[in-house]
Order: sequence, then structure tokens, then C-alpha cells
Amino acid sequence: MASDFHQGVIRSLRDGALRGHLRRAMDMLMEKRQALFPDPDELESLRRRCMAIRAHALSNLPELLERAEARCEENGIRVHWAETPEEANGIVHDILQRHGVTRLVKGKSMVSEEMGLNHYLEARGIECLESDLGEFIIQLAGETPSHIVMPALHKSKQQIAELFHEKFPDIPYTDDVDELTAAARAILREKFQQAEAGLSGVNFLVAETGTLCLVENEGNGRMSTTVPPLHIAVTGIEKVVEQLADVPPLLSLLPRSATGQRITTYFNMISGPRKSGEKDGPHEVHLVLLDNGRSRIYADEELQATLRCIRCGACINHCPVYTRLGGHAYGTVYPGPIGSILEPQKEGLDRLGELAEASTLCGACGEVCPVRIPIPQLLNRLRWESVRRDGDGGTRGQGGRRKSSQAALWRAWASLASHPKLYRIAVASASRFRRLLPQQLGPWTSVRKAPRIADKPLRQIVDAEGEGHE
Amino acid sequence: MSEARRRILERLRSVGRDRGEGIERTVDRHDWDPEERIARFTDRMQEVRAEVQVTTEARWSADLVSLLKAKGVGNLVYAPDSPVAARLESALQADDIEAVPYALEIEAWKNDLFERMDAGFTGSRGAIAETGSLILWPDTSEPRLLSLVPPLHVVLLQADDIYSTFAEAMQAQGWAQGMPTNALLISGPSKSADIAQVLAYGVHGPRSLLVLIVT
Repeated sequence: MASDFHQGVIRSLRDGALRGHLRRAMDMLMEKRQALFPDPDELESLRRRCMAIRAHALSNLPELLERAEARCEENGIRVHWAETPEEANGIVHDILQRHGVTRLVKGKSMVSEEMGLNHYLEARGIECLESDLGEFIIQLAGETPSHIVMPALHKSKQQIAELFHEKFPDIPYTDDVDELTAAARAILREKFQQAEAGLSGVNFLVAETGTLCLVENEGNGRMSTTVPPLHIAVTGIEKVVEQLADVPPLLSLLPRSATGQRITTYFNMISGPRKSGEKDGPHEVHLVLLDNGRSRIYADEELQATLRCIRCGACINHCPVYTRLGGHAYGTVYPGPIGSILEPQKEGLDRLGELAEASTLCGACGEVCPVRIPIPQLLNRLRWESVRRDGDGGTRGQGGRRKSSQAALWRAWASLASHPKLYRIAVASASRFRRLLPQQLGPWTSVRKAPRIADKPLRQIVDAEGEGHE
Repeated sequence: MSEARRRILERLRSVGRDRGEGIERTVDRHDWDPEERIARFTDRMQEVRAEVQVTTEARWSADLVSLLKAKGVGNLVYAPDSPVAARLESALQADDIEAVPYALEIEAWKNDLFERMDAGFTGSRGAIAETGSLILWPDTSEPRLLSLVPPLHVVLLQADDIYSTFAEAMQAQGWAQGMPTNALLISGPSKSADIAQVLAYGVHGPRSLLVLIVT
């Protein structure tokens, strides 16, 4: 029985329109990013600095979280901690219930996707409206984001036009992007006014000043965090940085890496609720810090690098696997290379270890990562964690993909390779009986010829002809 | 103290950590003279379809009114406690543009602000030449939504306040000593490329941004 991922792969590969669409989108994103980094030395030095900023924050994580909490509380932001998505959902629901909220408007937040917040709240009678244009589109379609920065990336203009026409029959059909955008603007403006609460994610949490930083282009993030009387921000515990001075270098790399923009339209820094005398802004601001497996990832010195991520999506945009599959095939909240290292650690290698195997290890993701996460190295590490038997239980689902037949084969190979006489006999007989090898090797030979063993082992050729071919 | 908090921090603390010696922080800046700062800021702004008008202290209100007239703006909302409020009012009224003070808390006139206002006017705390960004620190005298809700946002910027980089502005203005409830960088009108990667302006925030640089 093929796994969910495997079935997703088959579905995606059969969708020629999707593949063409993804290819064009990724080519454009890669080109735009490249154009904004004309000087490779500048890029490298900035990547090193941003890596150091994030690594430094992580190596002081508990202290910085406490400092951020203290500063936020001094500023009037109420801080909550949650170990699991269920706990985080409960906290958000409690706050909303206390204020009698029935309509919540949301800015883009991947952590809220991680929590399954919309589903949780809607089951309890609270309307959750996604206000980021891309998120709004996929919410209308009843789908999940296929990309962490551009959630509706998989949809063509025509698909979106048809979706709008189906959901809003009063608006005349159009596939003009400006008209579609204007329609969404009109619908959502009313919702921003009516919402009793707004929810957002956080890009950087500054410990020094207790500041929540949000990056966005549309203004829906500002609407969600400014217009309703109540603002709740949800974020992972890893998002903290030590100082305000750490923000400019990170902000310099994030939008360029993500969408090939020099900077986003809005950089919104929130350090507290409406003060007396101010005429707008929320009366209450809450921050929910979610662990959800992060503290476990934190415990491993090498895998901790996963937590440096600033969610720009550059690894996704440069991944040959993602470009062929799109985000939905992964079946996870975070797709692409970052998802393939993060999700198996969060959900367990026994469940999702397969994702770490779906990589050619071409290295593009590691090369473009603005905080230099060695993604290919971590993919390899997780492959090993998936099959090791002597595990310490550090990684969730460790050893969960170990197969005894595979393990036996590797043991046999190891023993063969360490016994020269045996090895020579094995190689010689493989050459001799090479015609007996099967020509059909399952899916491998459906598009290729079976590999053929040479009639003479390399050792014999070298013995006969010498090494002097130069 | 919550159980979750205690357990999360305990798990994080149980990890053997090399706390490092801290990191070296450098303030990036460029050696650009005032003219070049204005030129670079203007280029960046125009790249994202913002309009920039260089003017003088004596002329800015007259320039503003003629630009608003040309755009057919019927009313403009402004902060009544702004130091330029009186000048703005008289310039607009002389030319039959309704000047609407943001006098009440948002809850008292939300619908009017959203549905009726053509333009919002704010000052700025400075700007960044490298990225073409305005710095706004909304506060008691200048509400946050002036720069977000009306379809046109007009900003008054003193040329002397244009810094080369974000890091330079942050250091020169001593941000780390105390942040306002809300600080903003605004780099153009609202935009999105969420529909088929086609860029569209005016998604939720202003469709147009007009910057008056006072030299």
C-alpha cells in the first residue's frame, strides 16, 4: 500500500498543468532573487551574519524567551506558553470566549496552520477569516497552503477566476487580476470592520524591547493587528532574537530570499496595546508561544540548526523536487526542503521519515538558505536516524523505517567489503554470471535499462593495463 | 507560572549549550550625501509606483493641494494634534477639499473612515534611502490607521531625516531605548502577487502613496 506521500507524488506528477505552472513560477522567483544579490561576497557575508544572529539566539534561547516575556509583559502584552497545538488552540479559544468573539480575522500565520486553528475554532462556533489574498483564496477553495510564503501558488488565474465566480455569483465573472484583487478588497474591508479580534503570526520576536515584528505586502496583517479591539499573535518558541539591532540584517535577507523583493511594503513592529490617549490599535495584545516539538529538536546539537529557519521559502523555490510536486503532495504543513527536515522531527520519523528520502541531495536548498541551515546534511542525518537501531530516542520515531531485509543486505555488504578474498570471489562470479541477472527490476526498469555488470572487474583491468592512462 | 512554561524552559535548559561569546554587530551604512539619499529614496519609491514630490517648507501645502486636486480627492483625514494641522486645514479648506480630523477613537467612526475617506495624511520620523522606506511611529497625536485605511496615503518627509540604511536610522534615533506601541516601515502602496504571481496594487491598504520631501 503506497503511503500518502507516495500517492501525492503520483497525483502531482500526472498533473501536467500544475507542473508547467510551478516551473514558470519557480523560474521567476529564482531569477528575481538572483537579481537582488548581484554581489556574491555581500550575500555570503550577510548570510554568515544572519546565521550567527540566529545561532546566538538559539544558544541563549531559554534566557531570551524569559527576557522577551518580561519585556512584553512590561509593555502590556500578555504572554502564554503552549507545549502542544491543542494547548495553544485552547489558549486562543479561552481568550476569544472571554471577549465574546464570534468573528476572527487572520493575517498569514504558518504556526496557526500547524495548530489547525481555523478548524478548531470553527467547530466551536467562531468564524475565522483568512485575509491574506492567497490564504483567502485557498480558504474559499477549502484547501491548505501549498507554499509557506505564497499559499495559493498552485492555482492558475483561471482557476481563481472560476472560484470567485462560484463563491460570489453577484460579482461578474472576470479573470483580470486587478479586478479580482479589487473584489477581494471590497469583501474583506467589511470583514475587517466587523471582526472582534485579529490573529497574526510573528516573524521576529525581539527580546530586548518586547517587540513583535511582522513582514507583509498587502496591509491585511496591519488591518488584523490594528483594527479589531483584540490582537492575538501566535509563534514558535524559536522566533526570538536578542536585540533590535539584529533585525535589520535579517530583514535585509528575508524578502530578497523569499520573493526577490528588496523589502516588503510593510514592516510592522508591535510593542504593546493601545495606550491611553491613542485613538486606535487593539486594547489587548496576547502572544502565544508554541513549542510543538521544537524543544526536542533543540536538544540535538546538529539538528538544532533546523530552528534557525526564518521561513523565507527560498529552499522551496530552488528545490527540484518541490518544483515537480508542488506543496500538497507532501501532505504536511511545511512543504519542500525545510518541511522535509522539520516535519519528520515534529511528527516522527516513523510517520514522515520518507520525506527526508525524497531528495536528490543536489544541495540547492543549503546554498540559498539565508541562515545557512545545512539542509542536505540534515536530510542525510535524518535518513540515518530513521534506520538506526542503537538509537538514544532523541529524535522522534527513531529507527522507525528500519527494515530487517535491508539491514541484512548492508551487513552482508559490509562483511564482503572487509574480507578481500571473499570479495574477489564475489566480484568474479558476478562478472561471470552477469547474464543471469534479471532484466526487469520493477519500476526502475519501466523507464530505464537494467544496470549491467562489466565482463571484467575493474581490478583485473587495472592489473592488465596499469593505471597510466594520463 | 504555567506548567507548560516551566516544562518548556526546563527542557531547553537541560541541553548542554555553548553560550558563545556573543556576536559582533556592525551598523551597515552608506556614505551617501543628502542629494544622493533623496535620489535613491525616490528611485526605490517610484519602482513600486509611489509618487514622490520634492518641495520646500514654504511650498509643500500648496503643492499638496494641487496634487490632491489633480487626483480628484474630495476629503483628507489628518491628525488634529499634528504640528502641521492648522496649516493643512487652511490650505485644504481654501481649495474646497474637506479636511477631516481623526478626533475620535476608531470605534466611534470606523465605518466612516473605511467607507468615506479618500486620503489620509501623516508625517514621518524619517526614511531609508537603501530600500525606499518611510519610518512612521504612530502615537497619541497620530493614529495608526491614517496610513492604512484611506485609498491614498500622503506623507510629509523632511529631507534631512533620510538615512542611508535601516540600521543607521535605528541607531541614530535610539530605537533600542524605547519602542512605541507601533512602529512601521512603509515601502510603497499595498500590493500582492498572490494571484498567479501577477503584481496588483491596493489589496487591503492604500492603492497610492504620495511622499512630499521637504528640502
